[in-house]
Amino acid sequence: MPFLSLERERTFKAKTEMVPEIVGWIEEAAEDAGLHPRQQQHLALSTEEAVMNICSYAYEIPPGEVTIQIFVSPEQCRVLFRDKGVPFDPFSLEEPDLQASMEEREIGGLGILLMRRVMDEVHYTREGDENLLRLVVYCRE
Amino acid sequence: MDMVLRSMDACDVVAVSGRMDAVTAPEFEKQCLAWMEEGHTNFLLDFSSLEYISSAGLRSILGVAKKVKPLGGKVVLAGLTGVVAEVFSISGFDAFLPIVENVETGKEVF
Repeated sequence: MPFLSLERERTFKAKTEMVPEIVGWIEEAAEDAGLHPRQQQHLALSTEEAVMNICSYAYEIPPGEVTIQIFVSPEQCRVLFRDKGVPFDPFSLEEPDLQASMEEREIGGLGILLMRRVMDEVHYTREGDENLLRLVVYCRE
Repeated sequence: MDMVLRSMDACDVVAVSGRMDAVTAPEFEKQCLAWMEEGHTNFLLDFSSLEYISSAGLRSILGVAKKVKPLGGKVVLAGLTGVVAEVFSISGFDAFLPIVENVETGKEVF
């Protein structure tokens, strides 16, 4: 188990308007963690998708809050999103049908698909009254 | 995000630069719909200066493509690079939206 240190932590309002600020904060942290520029962009994208998910599903009476923690070790960078919304496992949903025609193409599920594909690991757990969503990026040369 | 429309013979080139995220994507769709109302239905989206796109951006592009189709128009994407190209490939949007290398080759599609 690698030693992970908590590098940053901040709580934001879970609102769409907050996305640019949150993503900017994550990009700075990803750069400081020494991630490859492409991985920094992957983490920025996944962060937007994770936050938008929390904005749209987690709180019955919006806006709630999301606390984001960034942990770094020489091997990996982990980003943990914690919210106190209704229990919601984004990875339990079916993936969109990528073969569907333009007319039949559903608009949901794309963000979760992108997160799964560009991150090295994604995890969801419910602990007490919190949804915990964890993104993991492996540090590479 | 910044958008500039340049009318050509067969289509309109829309150069989109900056970031297409949850905040700016709805503005993109709104602007395209406004241009549609003015009679523009063939959009060649020049993404060579687009730095970032999320699923919100994909949804807006899908929305525009679906709306121009019944009018006989279409949406073609040009100049995708890096993670922007990767996002289109992962989402499978390349299966139903023509993607061309650059604006020059894109003109031939219309």
